[in-house]
Amino acid sequence: MNWAEFFHMGGYALYVWPVYIVTAVILIANVVIPFRAERRILRDIARNLRRESRDVK
Amino acid sequence: MWVWFHKLGSPRYFWGFSQKLMPWLIMACCLAFLIGLPWALVFSPADYQQGETVRIMYIHVPAAMMSMMIYVVMASAGAVNLIWRIKLAELVAAASAPIGASFTLLALITGSLWGKPMWGTWWAWDARLTSELILLFLYLGFIALYNAIEDRRSAGRAAAILALVGVVNIPIIHYSVEWWFTLHQGPTTQGMRVGGSIDPSMRYPLFTMMIAFNLFYVMTLIKRTRTLVLQQERNSGWVREMVGSR
Repeated sequence: MNWAEFFHMGGYALYVWPVYIVTAVILIANVVIPFRAERRILRDIARNLRRESRDVK
Repeated sequence: MWVWFHKLGSPRYFWGFSQKLMPWLIMACCLAFLIGLPWALVFSPADYQQGETVRIMYIHVPAAMMSMMIYVVMASAGAVNLIWRIKLAELVAAASAPIGASFTLLALITGSLWGKPMWGTWWAWDARLTSELILLFLYLGFIALYNAIEDRRSAGRAAAILALVGVVNIPIIHYSVEWWFTLHQGPTTQGMRVGGSIDPSMRYPLFTMMIAFNLFYVMTLIKRTRTLVLQQERNSGWVREMVGSR
């Protein structure tokens, strides 16, 4: 099997590849969103803690 | 077992436990996709009727399966929240909704991309397709309702009731291909039972992809739940201590 044949997908390239591209997009978004959200809220809480300790002084 | 379950219900214990579990889940999920994807795309044979479009099935079937399974998890977590008032269950339900919605959307899109060359149409108001579309609206309704109510506890309860009412749609999706002979074909896999109508050369890559999708769901569910736990517990002592010592 060669690469051209692989990408051709027996003439169904127009249907098979979009499926895998959409899958990649949806799965990656599902990873990126929660990982970033967790980082963001941890940073948020840390900032609030620092602010509080400053106010006490 | 019950004691452990009860402990897991406490947000603080869940945080520590999920922290340790996460790297293993990520590794297992990556491994399953690393095996499943080349198997689905390269090493499995083309179908004698569907040709290469059969490779769409390796995404479509797991995505559709997950769309229903996640809904059942979401509704069950909602029920646990309603009955025992366990906060973590509410967060699990809330974290499941966007993942389930995205898998439902994926199942609809991939089904459409398969339907065009095979059935000759992107969409039909077939029983299976319509009930899956209703599932997507149920997920979106859950998310909208959960975010629309100011008080978190009543939001969780209202959304849980919506999820439970919507459970009636799950058997409709599942049996739609047997009750109404419209367009969508009947089931080809009978769970893990050997001797379904699908050939082993396609069944095993399909199962690998199903495992990969399952691991993916558990991994992202835990990650999302952790964020929700932090949001809810941000003023509690253990969170401040944990963030302070980082």
